Formats: sequence, C-alpha cells, structure tokens
Amino acid sequence: MTAAAPTEVAALSATERAARQHQVVAALAPLLPAHALLWHAEDTVPYECDGLTAYRQQPLVVALPETEAQVAALLMACHGLAVPVVTRGAGTGLSGGALPHAAGVTLSMAKFNRIVQIDRAARTATVQCGVRNLAISEAAAPLGLYYAPDPSSQIACTIGGNVAENSGGVHCLKYGLTLHNVLRVRGFTVEGEAVEFGSNALDAPGLDLLAVVVGSEGMLAVTTEVTVKLVPKPQLARCVMASFDDVRKAGDAVAQIIAAGIIPAGLEMMDKPMTAAVEDFVHAGYDLNAAAILLCESDGTPEEVAEEIDRMLTVLSGAGATRLEVSKDEAQRLKFWSGRKNAFPASGRISPDYMCMDSTIPRKRLADILLAIGEMEIKYGLKCCNVFHAGDGNLHPLILFDANDPDQLHRCELFGADILETSVAMGGTVTGEHGVGVEKLSSMCVQFSPGEREQMLALKAAFDGHGTLNPGKVIPTLQRCAEYGRMHVKKGLLPFPELERF
Amino acid sequence: MAGANDDSPALQRLIEQVREAAASQTALDISGGLTKAFYGGPRVGQPLDVTPLCGISSYEPSELVVTVRAGTPLAELEAALHEQGQCLPFEPPRFGYRDGPAPAGAGVGGTVGGMVAAGLAGPARAAVGGLRDYVLGATLLNGRAEVLSFGGQVIKNVAGYDVSRLLAGSMGILGVICEVSLKVLPRLPATLTLRMEMDEASALKKLNEWAGQPLPLNASAWWEGMLVLRLSGAAAAVNAAHARLGGEVIEAPMAAAFWQGLRDHSDEYFAGAAKAVEAGASLWRLSVPQIAPPLHLSGEQLTEWGGGQRWLCTAVAGGTLRDAAAALGGHAIRFRGPGPRDGAFAPLKAPLDRIHRDLKAAFDPAGIFNRGRLVAGL
Repeated sequence: MTAAAPTEVAALSATERAARQHQVVAALAPLLPAHALLWHAEDTVPYECDGLTAYRQQPLVVALPETEAQVAALLMACHGLAVPVVTRGAGTGLSGGALPHAAGVTLSMAKFNRIVQIDRAARTATVQCGVRNLAISEAAAPLGLYYAPDPSSQIACTIGGNVAENSGGVHCLKYGLTLHNVLRVRGFTVEGEAVEFGSNALDAPGLDLLAVVVGSEGMLAVTTEVTVKLVPKPQLARCVMASFDDVRKAGDAVAQIIAAGIIPAGLEMMDKPMTAAVEDFVHAGYDLNAAAILLCESDGTPEEVAEEIDRMLTVLSGAGATRLEVSKDEAQRLKFWSGRKNAFPASGRISPDYMCMDSTIPRKRLADILLAIGEMEIKYGLKCCNVFHAGDGNLHPLILFDANDPDQLHRCELFGADILETSVAMGGTVTGEHGVGVEKLSSMCVQFSPGEREQMLALKAAFDGHGTLNPGKVIPTLQRCAEYGRMHVKKGLLPFPELERF
Repeated sequence: MAGANDDSPALQRLIEQVREAAASQTALDISGGLTKAFYGGPRVGQPLDVTPLCGISSYEPSELVVTVRAGTPLAELEAALHEQGQCLPFEPPRFGYRDGPAPAGAGVGGTVGGMVAAGLAGPARAAVGGLRDYVLGATLLNGRAEVLSFGGQVIKNVAGYDVSRLLAGSMGILGVICEVSLKVLPRLPATLTLRMEMDEASALKKLNEWAGQPLPLNASAWWEGMLVLRLSGAAAAVNAAHARLGGEVIEAPMAAAFWQGLRDHSDEYFAGAAKAVEAGASLWRLSVPQIAPPLHLSGEQLTEWGGGQRWLCTAVAGGTLRDAAAALGGHAIRFRGPGPRDGAFAPLKAPLDRIHRDLKAAFDPAGIFNRGRLVAGL
C-alpha cells in the first residue's frame, strides 16, 4: 500500500502524459547515449521512490548523464521545455527529497562516481557527486585522514546527497555537519550554466552561497563535484555505556556532560524498547533493565582520552547512572555501537513498517519529549522506539506500524506530525538532518510564518526563476498551509528575561 | 506574523524607519559600533542605528547556545560567555577607532550585528571554523519591513533554506540583522605558544604537514622569518605536541598579548600597516588555499590560518594582487587603503553575479540596504 505523494502536481491525463513524454525524450535523446535515457514504465519503476518508500511516483523520464557536458545540455533542454528536474543520488534520503515529479525528469547522478583527487598536502578530497560517503574515508585512510560526517547510511549514500541534505551523523557535535566539512561545490544552474560555490580557500567573494546551497535539497542547483576537508584520524576512541533507571536522569546527564565543558565525540541515547529491539538483533550485552542507555565517546591522543573518560565517568555517576562500562578495546567499542548503528534494521524486524522522525529540540527537553512521546503512543495506539543523537538534541523516534492497514498509516502520520509540532513548541525544529522533502511540508507551516515561507520561496526564485528544480519540495505553498489549518508557532525576537545562569 | 507583536520599542522604531525608507527609496546605512566603517565598499545613505536593539535574550551554557540582539556590544557578550567558561572560538576581531576618535554614541566598540554582517574571524579560524559555522539562527528585518526568523537555537537544523548563515558576511545588504543565535564552546583547558625560526616556504610546508596529523594546532602566524604556533586543548595533548614539535615556549602573558593583538589588528604588524596606509599604501587580505606557495609580491607580509590568510601591506596595483590570488584559487580583498573604496572585494564571476543581483532583489526589492557595501551596484 502506498500513499499518494503529498506534492502539488497538476495531474496529467494519460494522453497528455504520453505527448509530454514523447516531446521530452525527443529533446533529450540527441544529448545522451541511448542507454542513459529511460522512459518505459518497467525501466523507471526502480526510481519511483527514495528511502521514504511510503510515497511513490513514476517519473516521466529518467536520465543518467555521464559527463558534465551532458548535464549542462540536458538542463538547458529541460529549461527550454519548462520540464521539472529532480536530481537523485543513491536514493537513500528519508524525507522524499528525490521523489520523482509526475511530469518531470529524474536526473540520476549515479554515473558520477569517480574520486577526482585526494590531495594529501591540502587534506582535501575532490570527488564527483555520486561517490559514496564511506568511499571517501576509505580512499583517505592510507594517509591517516578521513571525512568526518558519518550519516548512518554512509555505506550507500553519496556526497551529492549529503550536500543536498546537510547530513550529520553520530560525530557532528564535535566534528560538524556536511556544511562545516565542505569547501567547494561545483555544479550547474537550472539553465545549465556551470557554477562554483565556495573555493579551495577558506572563504570566497560575495555572499556565502555555499552555506545556503548545502542543505537546499536539490532546489537551487545541480551538484556535480564536491571538495571536502579531510581530517586526521584520532589515535584512539573509547566509549562509555551508561544505564539509567529513569529517562529524566538520563536526559539530565546529557546536559550535565555539556555543562562540564566536555564535547564528546559522540553522545547517543536509546530508550528501553529500542534497547530490547537492538539487543535481540546484535547481542551486544545491553542492559535490558535500563530505562535509557547513553553511549558517550571520547577520541584523541591516549592521554587526552584517559583524561576525558575520567571526567565523563564522574559526571555520569553523579547523574545517577546505575551501570557504567568503558570499552576496553576497539572490538568492544564497536560492539557498544553496533546496536545504535543497527537501530533501523532492528526496528524493521519487530514491525512490518516504521516511520523515522528527525526533529531537534534543546538538549534540556530530552526527557520531556520522551515522556510526551510515551503519551502519544497511547493516543495514537502505536508503539514507538526512540534513538536520539542526544548530544545534538536530534531525535529519531521510530514509529512502528503496518502500512497494509490504511488506518495505521494515517495514525502514524498524525503521530509523526504531533512529534514534530511538539518539538517546535519546545523550541526545536522539524528536521535536524533528514530534510523536509515532501514528508515534512505540512510541519513547515507550523515552524515558519507566511512571511518567512514567502522569503524562502523568493530565495529559491533567485536561483531558479521558473521553479523547475525539484518543484513542490521543502517550502509549502500558502494554500497548502491554509488547508493544513494549524497555526504557526510564533517566534520573532525572543522575550527578554533576566540572563539565566546555571 | 512573527515578531509583529514584539514589545521592543527599539525594534518597532527600526521597522518604521525601514518602511519609510522603502516607500521613499531612501538608501540606509546600517550601523552598530562603527568599528568596521572602513571595511568594504563606500557607505551611502541615512544612518540606521541598530545599537538600541541590545541585550542577551537567552543564554544557557549547557545548550552551548546564546541568543543575542544585534546592537549588543561584542564585549558584553564575550564577558557573559567568559563568566561561564565559554567563548566564541572563531575569535572575531575587536577593532578600535584607529581612523579617528569614536563617533558620538559609538563608544561601546563593535556590536554582535556588525560582527555577523562583516563575517570576520581571528587567528583560530583555520582550526575551528569561521563565524558562519557558529551561526544557528537569525531574525532579519527585510526590505519589506517584515521581521523574519530563520534557523533556530539548536545545533542541527535543516528546515528550509539556511538564510541565517547567508547573513554571515553579507555586509548588511539583505536586511537588518536584529538577533542571532550562536553556537558557543567551552574554552580549551590548556594553551601553549611556541616560536621557531623558519623561512616562508618551510613554514607553509610544515604547517600543512602538521594540519594532517592529530595535533592540537589552534593558530599560526608567520612574519619575517619567524613562525609562531598556538597549541590548545587538553593539557596532555598540548604537552605531547610540544614534545614532538619542539620550538621555544613564549611565556603565557606575552603569548596572550600577541594573539590578542593579531586578532584585534593592534599588534606590531598591523600598527605598521596603519602607518603605511596613511602614507598611501594599502593593506590587502589574500585568501588562498593553505598549500599555495609563497607569493613573492613586494610589501610587508604576515601569514595566518596555516597559510590560508596572507596579509600584504603594499603599493602594488590591485589588479596584480587579484590576479595572483585568483591564479592560486583564492581572492584578494583591499582591507584598508586610501582613496575611493569601490571594488574593495573581488568582482563576482558569472553566473554568481546574476544570482547575487536576484538574491538582493528577493530580500530588498527597493534596494535600500547598504548599497554597494559588498558588491558594487547592489
């Protein structure tokens, strides 16, 4: 069972669609090798969704260019015909950002899979957009360097997709997001003109367009090549696993670690149902009695790590940890992480389907949101496992449901929207790292005012005047928000309380 | 609308001024502490004073986030962070009024709004990231007199386009920055400064080698055959790195004064540059890849950021410097100099020039804000 894609696409009749398809294929065929253009239904089916499989749409045409010249020619042709273009990397995105457009071309960048240069002296890697995240670190490993952002999908996801989503990972509190690790993005405008954002220097003239292109979900330009920073591999990493008998104590422990001036290399939290699900899957020896488990990692020189682990243990035991274990070697450290890294497949084993949420809240509200989600489980009659990038306040509640039951899918969507809106009300945001895509369009109405959304639409128009790059994603229209009918949570300037000190 | 019910009279006054200026197409010159009035393109238009919009709106050390109004003196923000053992790791410069006495009402030094608009960073930039990397959210008063908030107060946030980070270094051309949320970090527990004699080519080679190793290298400066390094981090890491790198230790008070002088452009090199500027030379900032070889341009040069930032005080023609920087993949900024200020920044290549024009129109349709401060004609 799949739901209708929640984009605002004017439906084409079968005849209109066939005519449009014929026109687009005729325009693109001279520009690409024959095998690089797909339009028969059986060939385009594999492209009908990304990692958000609940929403599907067959594209009009799929193009798989192999050179930048082909990308340029193809974009120029599509622009001339006013055909929507949806750029696609590995298709691992979780918010439907690469969901095809019914009347559009899906531009698969899979062939751009070459590592152009690893520059040891400059500590940079220049790679084509279709190179996998992990492949960069693998190529840099012999030099003692790696690419820091490590989204859970790093074995499959591509750097082009990471740029589109501003992907994070479990180490981004200390090492930053994609934005902080990218120097330069080369690509093409919607008109097919070559463009470079950023540079090999530490800044570039004019506005910092790189900062807005990273995380723009393929709405502003098509990325073909990326230069990323490589950083030295830490000599050593060790991980503390801490159990708590109360989620509030675990949440407070997170805040206390940060307040103690420690920036852990990773700080993750799992609740009891999640722990049970992953233990059953990986048998890592997790404490099944704990209400919540924290994984807290330190990396650096052996001396630094020893010093920091001591400080972490002091804070965690002071915060009421009921069990503390420090990884003795690399094998045990990886075992501690194995459950966290397998949270998604473990959820897949205990439920026919799950929907992963991605909101962020201020760290101090971690316990509050966990308790609120507990109440929502009763309200919507669905179970939820929780795994959090606690150090960043980034939540990944996994709502368990059966997509074959339309009522469950409906309740799941309401449950998800409730989590997102509660996060916004707690001072957070609807998406920390997965992007808005099509999935969170309605929630954007709650987070941003009509004026703010209009300003973002105007920003898009400055890059893409006709709105043909990935249309219908990221920023909802005024009409959609009016139909959604929830009020925007007021922000504006913050109130002006006495300066808090603690 | 967001912020429309804000009770701040200072904000209401700014909204009124912008509304009137937009209606009458009057150019506005957004100003804070006026410490960077010298920087960028020429200032035109009626002054729009943001200093009344001031104060720290919220600060929770355990969240590593501070939200602060644009007119707040940078000194006030830094003092509040210092009290909690935290800091702005990118070390924004705090310029004085070297070009003359402080203008009336501008005795507070630089403001947070000016810091974000200029987007400058100090000695630690290459190691810790620039100002933009610490911006989490911003409230902007745009050219339609709308108060809009983007980003937020959390570390990870990809909801919508990241307009708040776009404001970093925007020189005010997109609108009035009213409030910003910044990521802050704990101050590093240990710091040690080393000096070693070295020619420029060797210094560049060494700096790039060390940056590829797990060393707590936090800042570097090379000038007249002397390389100065700052190590910062856990005491154990700093000591281990010192044992490996060698070099002569500079006593802590003298080292702190040196880095502060470099950060605020008050040290010997920049004092000399100021005198040379008075005599007709220009101070250029060349931003180049860290591995770029020595430039061999005539003038007095100081290199920071592991080779990525090269200051050059010279009488060499701007075109020569721009070409030299561009040939290496970088760009050149005329930071201070006599005469007309048009073209302080390197011109934009197509299609970036078109995108800038359209972005400016998207935020400021009447073209009232800080005309020509970042891009000539915008």
